[in-house]
This record gives sequence, structure tokens and C-alpha cells, in this order.
Amino acid sequence: MKLLFKRPRSLREIPTHYCPGCGHGIVQRLVAEVVDELDIRERVIGVAPVGCAVIAYDYWDFDCSEAAHGRALAVATGIKRMRPENIVFTYQGDGDLAAIGTAETIHAANRGENLTVIFINNAVYGMTGGQMAPTTLLNQKTTTTPYGRRADREGYPLKISELIAQLPAVRYVERVALYSPQAVFIAKKTIKQAFQNQIENRGFSLVEVLSPCPTYWGMSPKEAMDWIRDVMIKEFPLGRIR
Amino acid sequence: MTEKIIIAGAGGQGVILLGKLIAEIAMRQDRFVALIPSYGPEVRGGSAYCMVSISDEEISSPYINEADTLIIMNNPSLNRFEEKIKRNGLLILNSSLVTDKIARNDLKVIRYPFTDIAVRLGNPRVANMVVLGCFIKYKRFSDPKIITPVLYKFAGKEKKDLVKINLKAFKEGLRLR
Amino acid sequence: MKKRILLSGNEAIAEGALQAGCCFYAGYPITPQNELTAYMAKRMPEVGGVFIQAESELSAINMVFGASSTGARAMTSSSSPGISLKQEGISYIAGAELPAVIVNIMRGGPGLGNIAPSQSDYFQATKGGGHGDYHCIVLAPSTVQEAFDFMGVAFDLADRYRNPVIILGDGMLGQMLESCSIAAYGLSNSSKKRRKDIKKWALTGCKQRSPNVIKSFYLKEGDLERFNLKLQKKYKTIQETETRYEGLYLEDARLILVSYGTMARVAKAVVSELRKKNKKVGLVRPITLWPFPRRILQDLTATHKRISFLVVEMSYGQMLEDVRLALEGKAKVDFLGRAGGGIPTEKEIIRFIKNL
Repeated sequence: MKLLFKRPRSLREIPTHYCPGCGHGIVQRLVAEVVDELDIRERVIGVAPVGCAVIAYDYWDFDCSEAAHGRALAVATGIKRMRPENIVFTYQGDGDLAAIGTAETIHAANRGENLTVIFINNAVYGMTGGQMAPTTLLNQKTTTTPYGRRADREGYPLKISELIAQLPAVRYVERVALYSPQAVFIAKKTIKQAFQNQIENRGFSLVEVLSPCPTYWGMSPKEAMDWIRDVMIKEFPLGRIR
Repeated sequence: MTEKIIIAGAGGQGVILLGKLIAEIAMRQDRFVALIPSYGPEVRGGSAYCMVSISDEEISSPYINEADTLIIMNNPSLNRFEEKIKRNGLLILNSSLVTDKIARNDLKVIRYPFTDIAVRLGNPRVANMVVLGCFIKYKRFSDPKIITPVLYKFAGKEKKDLVKINLKAFKEGLRLR
Repeated sequence: MKKRILLSGNEAIAEGALQAGCCFYAGYPITPQNELTAYMAKRMPEVGGVFIQAESELSAINMVFGASSTGARAMTSSSSPGISLKQEGISYIAGAELPAVIVNIMRGGPGLGNIAPSQSDYFQATKGGGHGDYHCIVLAPSTVQEAFDFMGVAFDLADRYRNPVIILGDGMLGQMLESCSIAAYGLSNSSKKRRKDIKKWALTGCKQRSPNVIKSFYLKEGDLERFNLKLQKKYKTIQETETRYEGLYLEDARLILVSYGTMARVAKAVVSELRKKNKKVGLVRPITLWPFPRRILQDLTATHKRISFLVVEMSYGQMLEDVRLALEGKAKVDFLGRAGGGIPTEKEIIRFIKNL
């Protein structure tokens, strides 16, 4: 009998706190699988954000640090500069990376820090109860845009990946999604590439993952996946950006 | 015994460097020194000053309210610091640029055209070195020979070429009076 | 006399840190502490350490958080408005129990204030500063020599208690040049060696051990309270064992000046001036502002019945509150303070004492 599917070594045997249909569980598992496959569990250091993934360090079975809201890339910079022999990554949501942490994101990218960034874009603040994110789509309803996001008031969805792709020191930027098994497969391949880049000292790599939040989108898990495919990727096109 | 010196002039006249050189020379004689520079937006063209305390004991307060010696390089500085010198204190004036009258009559005053002397030597910015020579001679502050290693230290590699003219200016200062 | 060199307070702090094995510095420009940053930029590469000019104070303190989490001796420096921005990170450092040294070369406030020396951040430094029930250890050097010497003390305390340590100086201390002996530490403590001293809790990769996590987040009921009690216990130990002060003429003094940092030097000059006239004055100079040297003040009231105190600060009465708390109303406390650029002078203080 052949074993086809098992829990990655880098993932603890603990049920996560995520809502049904949430994308975080998928991506955190993908990270664990990639860490196992690249055989870097003993030298990887993860930096968890503030947001729904705040206790990701309870799920991963390797060294981790927390970071204040938005500061993950500053913390990761401090870690990596002191321990270049380790593989350091941040795992951040859209509020963390593209609103309160915009300066840290842009400047870590601009310095070309040899880091890997997993950027979860679900177009909403989950942990605090469904407020507008910088990546919230136009007309999308949230608790702070109850009539829908309006360009003349809240501006447009912020495409931070396209922004940092302009910076000469940035090595690799790609946007992926989780709406189907095939898409998840591509997401994993991309995440693996972003880690591989760091192992080869090739500089700043960022993977943006379009991820479902059925709870605050007011949808079923299936509807949420379809919404990514039918609506979200029109605003945030998939593929290699840099 | 504590010797308290205030040096004031325009930014760019090298008054803080002059203070640092006096402090360095004193320190090389195993005396305690403290120097407070003016700092911040006061740059070239603005005003600059420093307060230098020299003592055989640890210096308690480095801030000088009453100086023993006041070195004044331009008119606005005279105005600002004239009250900050003790009775019978020594006032060294740069007569090239200080034209205002001294209000006090209880001071020992020596005046030389430091800037004019420096211009004659080819660089108005070495006026501070002429003052240093004058000060050392007048106060019998130290063996003048000490200046050569001190200047090389301050100049470092990048400004080594400037030592020559500064030494020349210093010697010119020694020759005054 | 040992070989001495002429250094500014800012430079002495930087060199003191390097000699104490600091191998990570992140900062953001602000007057009057820029010489410290520049010194680090020049010297860090020479000792094999890391220097980063961060994009903001927020980023700088969080870089220190990251570097410290790997076990490295890490520090940052700033001046008042920048330290306000760093409070978030300092709270996280206290919460994650990371060692770190934060230098505040204080300037006038509130707001942008000015760049003149000031002691107006005493409350912020000693009462926590950021959110949550925590304390930083606060050291207040009053000379350039102390600025150098206290850096070794600061890093040792930070490591011993896994706690942030603040060096609280003012613009005058930062800018002032004094002769300074830098032979206090040997090069055996250099950055490179320190880097290899692995702390058990540090993030280094979970090779042959279970994973380490650096965090200040306690969701489960009761966990955060237990953690806070642990912190309180630590703070109590620090109060009992790490309080430092300098006392002058405490045996027979009837009037005790209480003053710290560069202000204490003016107070010292006042005391020696008045002693020449046989006035029974003395000085208590707190060296640790937190923990505050309460006991010596209490002891003084116990041994001398008719003793009184005069607090002199470059603020409008911040340390004054700690003096009053320590004395519990058992002695008269007067206050003389100026801020916003004003420094109480010897003459001013002596005149004030005469009118008491």
C-alpha cells in the first residue's frame, strides 16, 4: 500500500481556529509542505502577522516570531541580517502588508532583503470583524463600507504587488489564487520558488495569494471560491508580475 | 582650578573646531575637559559657539555662565556673550569683523585682525588657527609643539593637505604681541 | 591616568555599545543624536556587525525586535519624538521578553518641540511608555564617561532580565565632548564572539531541539494574567537588586538636592559651592530612574528628623512625583525646574535655596 497523503512534518497536529472555507489553512499547509520538501525545517524562521493568521506559529512546527501589526518585514529584516544562514519568511494579510505595514513592505523590498513573503489577499479584515481592506474591491460591502467601497471616497483597491514589482532590488513577484485544486497546485509551486530564491540568495520574493473569506464576504465556501475566479482575479490578475 | 572658555562667531569660522583643539591639547596634558557645542540648524552663515571647561578635577557643570576667557569672532557674538564673562576676564576680539563697541570696562581686552591675517595667508577659514596660536602664547597654555600631532589627528587622511596652512596660521598667531 | 580620548556623549554611547558586544543597530535620523547613528554606520562594518538606516522609527525598533529574537545584542537610538514612535515596539519587546537597549537623547517637547536639551521624557521612560503593564530599566548617565560605561551595564541587565533597557540622556550629554577612558572593556567581548553566544530561547532554526517561539500574545483564559504575574515578579527582583544612585554628603546634610543626568552636574556644582560656606547640603543622584532609588530617600528621613529635599529637573516636575511617592509625606519637598530649552543655572539654584 502506498501512502499518498499525510500531515507535513512542519505542521502540528492541532485543529486550526479558522472559519470553514477559509484560505489560511490551505496556505499554511502549503508552506509546511514546501518547508518539508526543501528540507529546511531546521533552519526556517517564520514571522507571523497580526490578523487572522496571528497564531500561525501554533500550527507550524518550526521556529517563529510574532510581529506587531504591519511590522513583520522589519522584524524579518532584523532576523535575516543577523542570521543569513537561516531561511526567513513572513506570512501577512492585506491589512498588515498593504495598509499599516506599507512602509515596511516597500522599504524591505527596496533594500532587496533576501526574504520570502507570503501575502494573503482576501480583500477584507477578518480578525477584527470584516472591515474594509486596502484591497477591498469597488462596491464590495464591508462593515466600514456598508454601502460598498467608493473610488471617490476610499480610493481603488491597492495593487501592492504591482507597486513593489517596479523596484529594482525585487527579485520575484507572482500572484496566485486558491479557487480550484489546479490553482492550489500552482500556488504551491510558486511558494516553493519563492523559498528556493532565498536559499539561492537571489533576494526579495513575494507571492500574493488570492484567498477566500466566506464569513466576511457573506458567502458559502463554494461561492467564495467562485467569487475569486469570477470577480477577484479581474481586479487582481494572476501570474508572474516580476 | 577650572578654566572656562566661551568661543563664539559665525558658522564656518571654525569656532567649534577651535574649541575642540583647545580641549584636545588640554586633555593631552592629562587635564579634565568638557566642551558643549552649539548645535542644530545653526550652520554656515548662522551663529556658532562652544563652551570649553578645563580642570585638574572632574568637571561638575559643563555649562558656562561666567567665562574666564571669551573669544569673539564677529559682532553678533559680542552682543550675545558680553555678559557671560567674569570681571577682569580675558576678551579676545577678532578686530577684522568686530567693530561694535564693548559696553564693559572691567575686562582685559586683546584684539587682532585674525581674519585679515588669515586672508593674507591665503585662506580666511584659518583665522581660528591664528586665534589658537595667540591664545596659547598669551595664556602660556601649552608647549606650542603639541599642535602638530593634534592637527594631523584632526585632519585625518582626507584633509592631510590642509595641515600645512593651518600650521602656518597657528605660528602666525604665536608671533602676535 | 588611563589613556583617554575626546568623545561626544553620542559617540561614547555608540563605542560603549560596540565594546559591550552590540552587533546590531537600526536607527532613523533625528537631532540631537545623529552622531550616534553616524558612528554606528562607520564602526559596525569594522566589527562585523549590522547597521541599518531604517525607513522610520517604527521600523527601526521592530528590526531590533527581530535581531534580538536571534539572541544578538541589538540596539536603537533616537530623540524624544522618535522615541514616542518606538513605544509600540518597546511594548512588544517587553511583552516578548526580549533584551534590547534603547537610547533616548531627549529634546524639548511636546510635539516637535525644539532640539535643546530637556528631561521631559522621564514619565514616558519610567512609567512604561507604551501600552500594557511593563517597565523598562532606565539608566541616566551624567557624563560622557558614564555614557560609555553604562552601555555595558545596559546590555548585561537587558540579557539578565530579558528586558528592554533605556539609556536616558539629554541633548547636552549627546553633544558634549569630554575626555573619556574607553579601556573599560576588552576586545574579547567583541561583536563576533557575542554573535556565537547562543541564547537558549533564541530563534536560530529548530535543529536538534523543539521549536522556539517569540511572542507576547496569550489568548487562553488565565494565560495572560499568569504571564503578567511573572513579569511583576521579575520587576520586583529588579527593584530589589538593581537600584543605583550616587550620594554626596548624606551623613550630615539637612537639605538634599535630588537631580539626575546632566542636571545633576549643575546640582553637584551647587552642593560644592554651598559646602564651601559650611551649608549642610547633599545630593542624591538617581542612576537608575527605574527602579527608582526610593529606599535611600526613605532612610534619610528615618535618620535625620529635620531633613528636606529639593528636586531640580529640566522638566516641570516629573521625577518630583517619584521623590514625593518615596517620601510618603514625611519630609518637605521643594521643586525647581525649567524645560523647553531652559537649564536651571548654579546661581538660580543657589538663589532658590536661599529663599527657601
